[in-house]
Formats: sequence, structure tokens, C-alpha cells
Amino acid sequence: MIEVAGLTKRYGPTLAVSDVSFEARKGEVLGFLGPNGAGKTTTMRVITGYLPPSEGKIRVAGYDVVDEPLEAKRRIGYLPESPPVYPDMTVIEYLAFVARIKGVARKDIKTRVQEASEKCAVTDVARRQIGKLSKGYRQRVGLAQALIHNPEVLILDEPTAGLDPKQIIETRELIRGLAGQHTVVLSTHILPEVSKTCERVVVISQGKIVAQGAPDELTHRLQGFETVLITIEGPAAEVMEKLHRVGGVQMVEPRDAADSRTTFEVQAEKGRDVRAELARAVVESRWNLLELKTSGMSLEDIFLKLTTKDVSEDSVARNQPSALLEGLHAEADRSEQH
Amino acid sequence: MRNVIAVAGKELRHYFHSPIAYLVMTVWAALCGVIFYILTAAFVSQALRMQMMGGMGAPPMSINEFIVRPMLQGILMVVLLFLLPLVTMRLYAEEKRSGTIELLLTSPLTDMQIILGKFLGALVLYSVLVAITFLYLAVLFFYGNPNARPLIANALGLLLFGAALLALGMWFSTFTKNQIIAGVLSMVIFLLLFIADWPQNFSSSAPVKVLAYMSLSNHLDNFAKGVIDLGDVVYYLSGVALGIFLTARSVDALKGRA
Repeated sequence: MIEVAGLTKRYGPTLAVSDVSFEARKGEVLGFLGPNGAGKTTTMRVITGYLPPSEGKIRVAGYDVVDEPLEAKRRIGYLPESPPVYPDMTVIEYLAFVARIKGVARKDIKTRVQEASEKCAVTDVARRQIGKLSKGYRQRVGLAQALIHNPEVLILDEPTAGLDPKQIIETRELIRGLAGQHTVVLSTHILPEVSKTCERVVVISQGKIVAQGAPDELTHRLQGFETVLITIEGPAAEVMEKLHRVGGVQMVEPRDAADSRTTFEVQAEKGRDVRAELARAVVESRWNLLELKTSGMSLEDIFLKLTTKDVSEDSVARNQPSALLEGLHAEADRSEQH
Repeated sequence: MRNVIAVAGKELRHYFHSPIAYLVMTVWAALCGVIFYILTAAFVSQALRMQMMGGMGAPPMSINEFIVRPMLQGILMVVLLFLLPLVTMRLYAEEKRSGTIELLLTSPLTDMQIILGKFLGALVLYSVLVAITFLYLAVLFFYGNPNARPLIANALGLLLFGAALLALGMWFSTFTKNQIIAGVLSMVIFLLLFIADWPQNFSSSAPVKVLAYMSLSNHLDNFAKGVIDLGDVVYYLSGVALGIFLTARSVDALKGRA
């Protein structure tokens, strides 16, 4: 549905996007993940025909966005980073105007406006001026605008930015509901968003694609070992030595210690489950096994690993999320509770 | 065409949802009224004086020549130099500031449809101003017998003059996100174009002649006298075409950058 091949975009001497290629299949939700300034917005602007590419081919629903811009644009709904609304118009006026310029037939405009405002839950403010609406409503009006002509492709640039947790959940649900009928590309720098809404992820950093695939796939591919967390009551030094001797274990590191309890992080060969052997070893030595669990590499770790150069492999492997990511975790947890 | 009208309708809606349309119309109507009153009063007192002096042999004073012409050519023209930038300054600057330009440029519209729509919207508002002026002039028909035919030329001249300013003002509006800068720039350039024929008074070298030809005011002379000269029509229409062409170039450049 969307084919991007060798897209490069320069602003004068600055290279914003460099040789980016990816594809979005019909009906799927593709996540565009990257830190701020990675080139997400530029890529989306090129796909929507707002900016011409410096190099590369972009086809949307079979139409080249450079050669047949009108045909391509007819099939794209686009929500830029800040919703492109006119504050002095009412929601109805605005949606009717967008419907007209997107080429909706005159007789269908009323029903399309109605449908889009119902889908995005803005019917209760339909007659209010957009300038007087809250950020959340304005964002949803922006989304309604993108849906108004029932496009095959939806390009959403940070659709949940600036929303409160409840609105974030609602927007994500809305987006998931759109999959199937529409091909959705959404960009975000918020990680939980990707695992919650997207079937496939393209990770972009400094204008280059650094990875793409399903979220699970990425986790699997990038993690070179299995990690187990084990909490034991017993003499730490001896325990550590014993754990080391279990077959397949490559590394043991104490993570936490309280009283006589110690939590160790154990790394084992890829594809080998060492939990049963670890448990047996502990019990045979008559120590108390308090907790045992596997710890996968989270999307955060992958993201950091892929997009950060100065973070050493080691600290990524050790599951030490930065303060920023902890904040994001907390945010995600909050939104989960609603 | 449908798209052009959709954009034009949107522009008109902005004008009438904001104080701009009312401000411009009020200022215009008030100034027209004052100028009309002064010119008419002067005309009447002059006519009375001539009658008392018993100037039977002299030809009767022409209303067109004494009221309509100075009103259009002398004064309202200058007012327009300052009023029309208020109409055009927001056309692109506001869309750039609020990010709605992204909506327009990613819609299935050609750049030209957007430009013509915006120009048309501004032109309709301006036509309302011209209509207000001629409402005043219509009063003359109740109390005198002005010549109706020159008024057609007068109206056409005023419309063409304004249209050229609107097209150029729209171009200046593509330069910046800031409406005020676009407005001030328009005023300055309009004023320079307006006085471009002044050097003619003391020199007649070739560049001065070219300047004089470019002058906005020069070409209103004939219209104000009630004469439609093809050359003047072509001059103002080229102004419109140039403004639209430069706007198109500027929008193109806009897309190349961010």
C-alpha cells in the first residue's frame, strides 16, 4: 500500500533522511519509532507530498507521489504533529471544508462529516469554535479531518502527543479500530505506544532505518542471550559460585541485596532455559529459593540499543533503563490503570 | 473550479469571522463618507459662487470632474495602499504560522487552485468596498445629473487597481509566518510603487520613464477621467498575473525547505 524506496531528503547541506526504504502492507498498522529529530516527520511529509524527496521513489496505493500527486493525495489522510485546524471555524464548518477540498462529493459531505465526528467522538462539540476547544478535542478534530474522505492510507504524526492518559488510551483504541480498513502509519517516540498499537515497527535514528519487524521479532533478534533473575536466601559469594557452575550459564551478577537475600542476574546461552537447573542447584545446597523469573529484553532496551551510540552494550544488557524511560514506564502504567 | 471556490469561501469565512472584514469595511465607509461630504460641499459652494457672479457664458461644472475624479484618484487610492495589506497579510502568513498550510498542500488541490481561491476570496471582500464607494456616488443621481458612463470606467479602474495590489500583497504574505511583517512590507512596496512616477517631474531619462510606467497611480488617470484605455487595463492585469505567478514560485520554494 505504501512503498518507500531509497528515500533521501536534504535541507540544503543537512541530511534529514538518508536512504530509507520500507513498506506498509494493506490494512496493517506500522509504527515509526525514533527519538526526536530522527527524521520521522520529514519522512511522513514526503509520503504525504508536502515535501518533495531529494532522491527515492514513494508510491501510495500504486501512485507515485511525485508524478501523480493528486491521485496519491486523494488516498491519504494526514494528521500532522499539530492538528491543522482553523481556530475561528466551528468543528462542522471545518470538517465540511476539509471534505470539500479532499474531493468528497457534495451530496456525501454531510454524512461523511457526521460519520467522522462520531468515530472520533467530537459530536458533542460539533458547533463550537475549534479555537475554544481543549487540546484533546482539537487532536480528535484533527483525526476526524484525516478520516473525512475515508482514505486508504492514514499517516499520523505523533497522534497521542499532548493528550492525557485517558485520551491516549481512547486514541490508541481508535487507531487499532482503523486497522484493517485503512493502512496506518503512525510515528511516535513513546515506546509503549508501539507495542500497544502496531503490528510492525520501523526504528529510525539519525535519518537511517536501524531495524524493522514485529515488536517480538525485534526483541528476539537483538537479544543474544537469555536472562534470568533469581532471588536466593543464602551466603552470596557461595551462591554466586554455585550458579556459575550450572551448565549454560555465562555470567552471574548480583543486582540487589537485602539482609541475607540477594537477587542475581543470570545470563545463559541463547535458546537455553536454565531455570530448572538453577532451581535444583539452589535447593540441593539447602538455600532458600525466593524468586525465579525470566527477563526478556524490553522494547525500551532495544530502542536504546539501536538509537544510542554512547550507551555501552553492557548497560543495555543489564536492563538499566534511563530515568527518561522509567518516566515513560510510569506513564504507561498510569494509562493502563484507567 | 469547485476547489477554487471552496478555498475562496474559506477565506471569506475567515474575514467575516474575524474583525478584519468589519474593520476594513468600517474604515473604508467612514473615509468615503468624509471625503464625499467635503468634496460635495466644496462643489456646491463653488457652484453657488459661480452662479452669483453670473457666469452665464461659462460651461456648467461637471460633477464627475469635481467630485468623482478627485475622490477616486486623489484620496481613496492612497487609503487603499494602507487598507489592502490588512486584507492580504494573513492569506499565507497565517496558514504558515498555524500549520494549516500542511493541510492545504497535502490535499488533492493544485497550488494554483489554492492561490486563485485565496485571491478570489480577497477580491470578493474588496468588491464589497468598491460597492460601498459607489453607494455614495449613487446619491449624486438624486440631487444632480452626473454622467453615468464614466462611472463604469471609474469602477473598473478602482477594481483593477485593487486587484493588482491584492495579488502582490498575497505574494508578500508567502514570505513570512508573521502577518505584521507581511502587512508592513506590502505597505512599503505599495507606497514605493505609488510614488514611482515622481522623479518624472524633474527628469526624463529612460529609467525614470520606466519607473513612471510602473507607477500604480499613473495608470489610474484615464480611468478616473472616465476613459478605459486598453494599455491601462493590460497594466493592472499584468500586475495581477505577476502577483499570482510570484506567489506560485514562492509556494514552490516553500516546499523545498521546511
